[in-house]
Amino acid sequence: MQLEARNLSFRYGKGPLIINNLNLELKSGEILGLSGPSGCGKTTLAKILSGYELPQGGSVKIDGKSIPSKGFNPVQLIFQHPEKAVNPRWQMKKTLNEGWSPDNELLDSLGIEKAWLKRWPNELSGGELQRFCVAKALSPKTRFLIADEITTMLDAITQAQIWNVVLNKARENNIGVLVVSHDQHLINRLCDRVFIGK
Amino acid sequence: MLEVNNLSISFIQYEKGLKQKTIQVISDLNIKISKGEILAIVGSSGSGKSLLAHAILGILPKNALMSGTILYDGRELTTKRQKKLRGNEIAFIPQSVNFLDPLMKVGSQVRSSVSAGEKKEKQRKIFDRYSLDSRTDSLFPFQLSGGMARRVLVASAVVGGAKLIVADEPTPGLHPEVVNETLGHLRELANQGCAILLITHDIGTALNVADSIAVFYSGITIEISPVSDFSGKGESLRHPYTKALWNALPQNDFNPIDGFQPSHIEQHSGCPFNSRCTFKSSECVSKLPLIRDVRFGKVRCYHAT
Amino acid sequence: MTEILTVLSKKKFINILPKLNRRHSTLLRVTFSSLILLCIIAASMLLSNDRIATNFDLKNLPPSMAHPFGTDWLGRDMFTRTIKGLSLSIYIGIIASLSSVIIALILGMGAATLGKAFDTFVTWLVDLFLGMPHLVALILIAFTVGGGAKGVIIGVACTHWTSLTRVIRAEVLQLRSAEFVQISRQMGKKPLWIAIHHILPHLVPQFFIGFVLLFPHAILHEASITFLGFGLSPHKPAIGVILSESMKYLSTGMWWLAFFPGLLLFVTVRAFDSIGENLRLLFDPHNAHE
Repeated sequence: MQLEARNLSFRYGKGPLIINNLNLELKSGEILGLSGPSGCGKTTLAKILSGYELPQGGSVKIDGKSIPSKGFNPVQLIFQHPEKAVNPRWQMKKTLNEGWSPDNELLDSLGIEKAWLKRWPNELSGGELQRFCVAKALSPKTRFLIADEITTMLDAITQAQIWNVVLNKARENNIGVLVVSHDQHLINRLCDRVFIGK
Repeated sequence: MLEVNNLSISFIQYEKGLKQKTIQVISDLNIKISKGEILAIVGSSGSGKSLLAHAILGILPKNALMSGTILYDGRELTTKRQKKLRGNEIAFIPQSVNFLDPLMKVGSQVRSSVSAGEKKEKQRKIFDRYSLDSRTDSLFPFQLSGGMARRVLVASAVVGGAKLIVADEPTPGLHPEVVNETLGHLRELANQGCAILLITHDIGTALNVADSIAVFYSGITIEISPVSDFSGKGESLRHPYTKALWNALPQNDFNPIDGFQPSHIEQHSGCPFNSRCTFKSSECVSKLPLIRDVRFGKVRCYHAT
Repeated sequence: MTEILTVLSKKKFINILPKLNRRHSTLLRVTFSSLILLCIIAASMLLSNDRIATNFDLKNLPPSMAHPFGTDWLGRDMFTRTIKGLSLSIYIGIIASLSSVIIALILGMGAATLGKAFDTFVTWLVDLFLGMPHLVALILIAFTVGGGAKGVIIGVACTHWTSLTRVIRAEVLQLRSAEFVQISRQMGKKPLWIAIHHILPHLVPQFFIGFVLLFPHAILHEASITFLGFGLSPHKPAIGVILSESMKYLSTGMWWLAFFPGLLLFVTVRAFDSIGENLRLLFDPHNAHE
């Protein structure tokens, strides 16, 4: 399988083009890095690839077929700030099981404690919440994962823990991963190939 | 310049219903910064490091309780002194431009932090120093680019003649160029005699610029080390957590230890790191070790050498 | 040693006299205010209608033990009239503000979720109602539907939904662009499911606070249009009726006719205001822990 972006262009409102005629492929099982200076549209590209924004020009397809806008999206995005990605009025159990029910094995490998499931989001730290967001996104139906600076706000140990799990799961389920990061060391460590934005 | 002794901060919060409970977020913190020095405080989110900045500036929320002493220039930093010194001698560099007034042009905003003398002139001089041209004066905070925003934040912090700068996560998720530029400015200020407290979760940032690094774990300082000790496989580091942190970096082994940092919700007796530690012994479980001097640094561990 | 003793005694003192935290005092205030309102409703049921029958033997009496608020020029007990009037006002207030809040909820949710055309329509409608003076619209509506309690309820309900609609619309728009809602959509959740599970729970506080804060408005407007003669019929023991009648007798020195009913109206309105204000403080995350 292959996720393909063809001739993408994007602007917010009447602003300048943030993305101009961009082409990108991500194969199943591939770990692709995306880096570039701030303001070059990394986050926007991540959102377009995962269906959060519609491009003004070009298309995003999987194996030449467009991605259905309803139902579970096989391209899942994980955000930088987990605090905003969980509903503050939901107990963590509900958030975790919103898309699918992650098995105990995955929870254990991510270091999610049973006691956390009964907590509210404001009682957990960013690193703990991000583990939940990663578990949610690693559904068996996920074919591609877009990780937009997912460990930028976390300490080095949590960062390494989360990435080890993501890489294992990606290998196991043959998921293609796009690693968006400004951390050159992290990209060198994780990725097979790097795509540089302008 | 700044000395923090046995600082503890706790919060009163509501549990379900009417009961209130007190949770300790920072326990027994000791740090010291001298003129011309950059001390970095490194800890993961939720370890309580931002509260230290708030305590020094005197902007803790109302439901916080503080004990211990903060000495500035050898005298106690009382609420009254904090009010007087905040914004001129003691300056704050925040995380984002959200801390600026969104409806005020940055030029006049920076001018308003000047207490005496020719305001316009001082502001222009400081903007020139950070290569912000006169067009920048009339921009609103949201119009600033990432790098410019950093420079404005630094400029507005130092325009009042700061001697102590508290920078709370000054380079969050920024591109390396901007990070290096901002850290360069901090280094320059330190070289001119400022004392700088740099608070960050990113040990890479800290290593780039600081003289020494204090490592925070669950609201406790577990180690204070000179930057030069962070090298190789971390052999010269003192605390097992610091070593683990160093080895988990992508440019090193990228090899994490198991477990997570206990938050203030889990009440711990003894050393908060004991559940993840390979040197764990009975005393680690029963009593929190005192901080002690080991090889030009400080560590809070029974087993450190 | 003495230090320890003082600390100990201080602790003991705290134990005997529990210090009230914010939630305690808020709840106390809410209970107290609700009690006042319940008392008024209960009293109006207990007091017999005989006391407000015309009885010329007892006319124009100043306040006394038998008639705490005095009597009027027809010998009716002012205390009974006031209480019955207020409880009628409370009923009208509840119905009117509840329907306002429901209108606001439906229009606000609809404007933010049902597409551009509906949104433009709602915004236009809000502007239209906000553009004309409150009271004029109220009188027009009450008059058109034929006055009386029905007129007042419909009038208040039709004029008070505007600002809450705006608040709810803005809130829903913000929630729709929240990351956790967008993620839910990418997880394949249906719009209705998202509205019920993600959006509605966030509107509950707005709903309650909106309801409670609208209440005093509804009562005051009921009183004022009745006072102006467009509301309840003069035979009903309504606060507006009482106040407008007593104006004629004020100059004759019968101060009690307006003073006590006015005072009690004020107390009722304040009671509701304080409930709303305290609820808001409880729900507001910024000072929830102070």
